[in-house]
Order: sequence, then C-alpha cells, then structure tokens
Amino acid sequence: MQAKTIVKAFEAAAGADNVFSEPADLATYAYDAAVLDKVMPAIVVRPTSSEALGQVVRLCNENRLPLTVRGAGTNLSGGTIPLPGGVVVVTNGLARILEINTEDLYARVQPGVVTAKLAAAVEAQGLFYPPDPGSQAVSTLGGNVAENAGGLRGLKYGVTRDYVMGLDFFDVDGGLVKTGGRTVKCVSGYNLTGLMVASEGTLGVFNEITLKLIPPPAYRKAMMAVFSEMGQASEAVAAIIANRVVPATLEFMDNFTIRAVESYSQAGLPLDAGALMLVECDGYPGQVEEDAAKVESICKEMGATSIRVARDDAERDKVWEARRAALSALAKVKPTTVLEDATVPRSKIPAMIRALDAISKKYDLTIGTFGHAGDGNLHPTILTDRRNTQEWERVEAAIEEIFEEALALGGTLSGEHGIGTAKCRFMEKETSRATMVYSRRIKSAMDPHNILNPGKIIGGQS
Amino acid sequence: MTSMQELSRMMKALEDQLVVCMKCGMCQAVCPLFAETGREADVARGKLALLDGLMQQMFEDPEGVSQRLNKCLLCGSCAANCPSGVNVLEIFIKARAILTGYQGLPPAKKAIFKGLLAHPGLFDKLGEWGAKFQKIFTKTANEVIGTSCARFMSPLIGDRHFRPLAETPFHKMMPSLDTQAGASGRKVAFYVGCLADKIFPHLAQATVDVLTHHGVGIFMPENQACCGIPAVSAGDTETFQRLVRHNIRQFRAGEYDCLVTACATCTSTIKEIWPMMTATDDRLHAEARQLADKTFDIHQFLVSELSITGGEAGEADTPVTYHDPCHLKKSLKVWTEPRTLINASRGYRLKEMAESDWCCGMGGSFNLQYYPISGRIGERKREHIRSTGCRIVATGCPACMLQLSDSLSKAGDAIQVKHPVELYAESLKPT
Repeated sequence: MQAKTIVKAFEAAAGADNVFSEPADLATYAYDAAVLDKVMPAIVVRPTSSEALGQVVRLCNENRLPLTVRGAGTNLSGGTIPLPGGVVVVTNGLARILEINTEDLYARVQPGVVTAKLAAAVEAQGLFYPPDPGSQAVSTLGGNVAENAGGLRGLKYGVTRDYVMGLDFFDVDGGLVKTGGRTVKCVSGYNLTGLMVASEGTLGVFNEITLKLIPPPAYRKAMMAVFSEMGQASEAVAAIIANRVVPATLEFMDNFTIRAVESYSQAGLPLDAGALMLVECDGYPGQVEEDAAKVESICKEMGATSIRVARDDAERDKVWEARRAALSALAKVKPTTVLEDATVPRSKIPAMIRALDAISKKYDLTIGTFGHAGDGNLHPTILTDRRNTQEWERVEAAIEEIFEEALALGGTLSGEHGIGTAKCRFMEKETSRATMVYSRRIKSAMDPHNILNPGKIIGGQS
Repeated sequence: MTSMQELSRMMKALEDQLVVCMKCGMCQAVCPLFAETGREADVARGKLALLDGLMQQMFEDPEGVSQRLNKCLLCGSCAANCPSGVNVLEIFIKARAILTGYQGLPPAKKAIFKGLLAHPGLFDKLGEWGAKFQKIFTKTANEVIGTSCARFMSPLIGDRHFRPLAETPFHKMMPSLDTQAGASGRKVAFYVGCLADKIFPHLAQATVDVLTHHGVGIFMPENQACCGIPAVSAGDTETFQRLVRHNIRQFRAGEYDCLVTACATCTSTIKEIWPMMTATDDRLHAEARQLADKTFDIHQFLVSELSITGGEAGEADTPVTYHDPCHLKKSLKVWTEPRTLINASRGYRLKEMAESDWCCGMGGSFNLQYYPISGRIGERKREHIRSTGCRIVATGCPACMLQLSDSLSKAGDAIQVKHPVELYAESLKPT
C-alpha cells in the first residue's frame, strides 16, 4: 500500500483523530528515557478501543510495518524506541480500570492504566498492589508487565511478574489470545503469561491484564542508619536477611549520592557518611516492632554510627524523602544521567560496590550509586555530558565493564529496566548461545515477519 | 546558510538548558493539557524534544513545531515537578521569542499587541467604550457569579460565560495615589494590572482599602500599562520590552519599599519574566531586576511582611475553598499565605478542595486559542469546587477568576468567585 493509503487504513481502524503522521508529532515518539539516539517512526496510532487495537496490529503485520507499543515512554533500555519507518502504538487511550474485585482479590485493567492510579484505586478499596517502580506516577501497567518492572518493595513483595494472574493479548495476526485467569490456581495450557511478562512487546500486544491484589500491611516502621563505609552497610544487609528479617524495603546510597541529595535538599544528611541505609518493616504491629528492634541491633553491631527510627508518619516521610530525592539530586549534577541497574546476588554487593569504585576511577567518571540493597539491585548512575564525545566513549566502556563485573559475580544485566536495544549485545554472555537460538525460534514462530518490536531483547536488527 | 540552518543556530542559545531534560517523562503526571489529550507533543518532554529537533535540523519548516510549542498553558506544573530541574518556562518563552522573530507575528496578534497593548492610553479608552457597548451584544448568564454570555451567535464569544468589563474601570475611580506610610511604617507601590483595572475594579479597591487599613502608604502612578505577559507569550519581545520600559518609567517617580500586585500572573511576570526577557538592554535589565527583587504578591506582603495571622475559625463561619493559581504556587511558591488570609477574614474559614493546585485551564491566550480543551480542564476544577459544598471559591489571580467564573456559570452553579483580598477587606468593614 502507498503511505497515504496506509494512513487512511489506520484512520479507518482507530479514528482520524488518533493517527498522527506529521513530522512534528512523529518526532515526539522517537525516544524514551534511555540515553539512545532518536528514531523517527512513520505513523503513530493511539487506539481507544480493543477492536481498534487488534485491527492496528493486524494492519501492521499485513503491511509489514514494524510495530512498537508505547505506554508512557519511561523505558530505560530503549524498548519503546521505534524502528525507522515503523508504527508506534500508544496505549494511553486504553486506560480504564475494568474491575477491582475485593472478594477474589484481583483487578482487571487495560494496558494504558497508570501504575500509581491503580495503586490508589486499589488502596481506596482497602487492598494493596505492591509493585512500585520509580516511574509509577506516569508508567503504565502494560509497560510494567512488558518490562517486568520492579521497585522498592521487591525484597518482600516481589516484582510485577508476581502479580500477573492472566493476560489477553493480540498475536501478530490480530487474534486474541487468552492466558491465565482470575483464579489463584490455573494450569490450563502453556504458561503463556510467564512468557509474555518481560517480553518487551516482541511477542504480542496486551489488551487486558489481570493483576493479583493483597491485603495491605496493618503497620509500618521506617528507620535510617548511617555507616562510615559502604562495606559495613552491605554486611548489615546480609546480616538482616540471615537473621530471618525480611523488611519491605531495604535501600542504600553511597557517599556521592548522599552529598548530592544534601546539596539539593538540605535534609541534614551526614556528609562524611560512607553509606546511608534506609529500612522499612511492615506487617502486624508486634512483629514489626520485633523486626525493627532486630534491625536496629544488627546495624549497631555492624558499626552503624547512628540510627534514626521514625516515630510517626511525618518522620517516616522524611526518611523516604531522602531516598526519593536520590535520582533527582544526581540528575542535577550534570546534563546526561545514565541510570544502570546491574544486579548481583545480595551477598556480592560489597564486591560489586568495590568494582564500581574501581571502574569510576579507571575511566575517570562520576558515578553515584544507590538502590535496592535488599535485592542486590544497584543503580550505579553515571553523570556525564553526552556532547563531550571523548568522555562519552569512556562512559560506554565503563557501562560494558559494569555488565561484565555483574555477570562475573553471578548477577544479571538488568534487574528491572529491561534489555531493549541497549543491552541485547550482552544477552548471550549472560545466558548461552543455545538460549539465544531458542528465544529467536520462539520469536520467529510467533512473529514470522518480525513485526513486533524487532531488534529488542534478542537483537537481530539494528 | 539555509534558513533552517539559521534557525538552528538561533536555537543553540537554548542548548545548555535543553540538554538538562533526561526524558524521564515525569511531566506527564502533572501536565493539565496532557491529562486531557494524552499526546506527547502536548507535554513538556515532547515540546523540548521538538526544540531539540529544530536545533538538530530535523524539520523542513518550523511551523509544526511552532504550533505545538504555542499549545501550552505556561502553567509551569512540569517545571515544578521536574526531577532534573529543567527551566521549562524560560526555555518555552525564549523559544517562542526566537520562533516569532524568525517567522513573524500572525497579523491578528500583531494588530492587538503593537497597535493596542503597546499604547496604554488607547487600550484604556477602548476598554471604556467596550464597557458602554457590551450590553448590546451580551446578556446576564449567572447572577451569583456575575457572568454574561452572547445575546446572539458570536464567533468571538462563542458559548463563553464571561465576566463583563466593569462600567467604571479602576483608573477612572482612582486615577492615582500617593499616600504616606501610616502605623505600619511601610509604603508600597501598587501595580493594578489590566484585569483588576477593567474587570475587577472592586478587587483593586479592596487592595487599596486593606493596605490603608493597615497603615501602609501607597504609591500608584497613573497610566499603568499591561505587564506584557500576552506579548511575551506570543514571542513579541519588542512590545514586551516597550511595556516594561513604560511601567518602569511610571514607577520610577515614587518612593516605596516594595511593589505589590493582587494578580498572580502580573507578579510572576514582573518577578521572573521582566529580568529574564530584558537582557538585551542593560539599563532596562538592571532596573527590571531591581524592581523584581522588591515585588511581592499581595497575600505574601500582608502575611509575611505585615504579619497578619489566621484567626480561630468556628464551625459557624462560612466555608470558602481556595484554588492555587499556578503563577502563585508553582512559580512563586506562595500557597500558605492566601490560606492564612482567608482564615484571617472574620466570618470565613478555609475548606480545602481536592487537587487545589491543578491548573484551572485559563493560560491567558491559551483559552482564546484552545477554548474546548481549556473548558475541559476547567470542568475538572469545577467538579472539585462543587464537591466541597462551598458557596464561595477564592483564588489569588484575576485570570483564574475569569476561568472559574466561566466553568461554574456554564454548569449553572451558584458559587461566587472571589479574591482572598476581597474577603479580607469585607471582614474589616464595621458590622
């Protein structure tokens, strides 16, 4: 079909108001939050009904147009950057919460529902949806499932994967595939739900998602511990878990991040501290008090120089304010912020921290590290200016070395940001040749013309 | 050099500010326009990408970018919520100036800004004539709110419910003022602002009354001009600077500690945009900077400088809900003071609405150009106002007052729209 005819076909499917093909609109869908080059799509479609969504997928396949689904475009690995001349399908026109079931504890949503909006709606019904990725104020649940997004509560409550009960998705022909359901137990057929989570839009296009809900914790307690060295803090993390305490969140930040946060928000953080550890326990009051006391004594034993326990909600907010400010504070240091998420087994955090230190010295780069200490998911954040090409080359080399260190320690390339195009070159190193072949066979069986977000995760397209 | 190369070179002036955006997309959470349309070109990240695109010469002509850049309320919600601290408003205003300089002003705007706004005397005269003749074309729409609507189909008015021009503008009631400092020992300059002058003279009068009650001397020169926000928003730097120059000249004649206005938009324009957009003229810039540094929002002056405190509100007091003007809360970080002033007004107590700092959708010329979307944003605000059950909504900006009046009046609500200073002035009168 001619370009104009194709636009007309999309307009017929999704409505003329929901199809954009002017350069000034296309240019606003050429990027996501990853530090990667822009790629201009040819058409952007924003379907507002399931029928339209299915037809759009089918049209892309029939016309051999590569299709990239986009929620809020907060992806940090390039998963929502389209292919040249491709189609971007924006899901924020499909943003209805279809059902919150308080008897069977699940929610059914369209893919474009914003994570924080679902969390708030669920909370209003006295229930809890735990996954809380950093971008939750704008990120969509479709995107969360496609990336298997994590967040601060991963240690105790798990990640998005642990809450996906079922999915309806369109295959590349526009056929509606159903997997999983509304029951706690469900073993009918292949576990396609498992396959679709973290598939980054390469195997199908979500139409409806069923998510597990749980009762909220009755009580919470937060505290902040100061250590003179990062090593002590990571040993404290290991000791807390070894003592059978599983806090809801267990976060830390290094000295560079502490200083950045302090200069940004004057929160009264100790500038000479090597590490700051932030802990929150939740559950029944008795158990929480007991856990909190254990955490406090472990931190002391491990050499914490001070511990501040939040006595009320206001103090609790203060503790978390510092953590929430971490990325903003770092981002203000230099123009370009490269946020990595290499993840290692918890016990290897001290080794990873040492490696990051060495890498920052070796390549003469500013790296601030903070993150989810409890689950080994670190966020080494490289602060640079991409316009400085000479420094940028060193940044790229450093990123590669961070990946290699993480893998050498038995870790993974990405804890929660996804592989996208940014990390697919390293996939084979983490897995195996056979893994890549197996994955590509699945992809070509499901999507013979390589229409669904080509090049992501398994590579094969630049 | 091709013309797009030339434009790219001009846009480079913004490069250091543009690269601060890390494309995280958090602006999507707070943009009132994006909440209605879901289009990336409507939110800050998208617009910043378009300006970057102009710099990278991604486009064959600037018109598409220009249109999308102008479709913005300039409310600053994005900047207030930006994790990496992008100066979104400064970038947008400067980019509009660059694009207008490059493309020229559209004829209608040119006629209004250069032919009318730039000539304060003529602008005042036209307003006076308009006040006399408006009844021929309009009729009362809502008596509680005091709005009018078109008598018959009018392309200019559409289905708007608007607050009509006052029969006697403030500059006719009180052309100028120069009183000595009283008990407070303070003297202020009072910048009235177009809306307070021509539509809400009662507010300007209330401001004078309150200041006088507290023993504050007032210098109010005659022949004040518009603060320049409509011109600078359209990229017309020339008219803008002309207005700044005119105003500075008028205010140069008096002696005072600080300058106050009762309009959030005027205050933020004087404090932030006057210094920002006069850098090409050293002398003007220095004077603008000086005046900006001593400019206060009226609530801020009354509460922080005169130490007015909120009284003990009783259940019997009339509940008033408050809408945060973007130019007060997000630009100037003033939000506690208007609340204090409401509680300090005898007989009234503050009752919060949900999302009190969500933009009302006015955005000055945005309302003229994109009335249907502006109206939808206004409806969201109207829902929150109505849900409080209050019969009065207060807000610290005459522009917001216009938008709230329109939204409430069209929905048939009997809810009055007031400025906190009006409530406070009323409570000072002997009962």
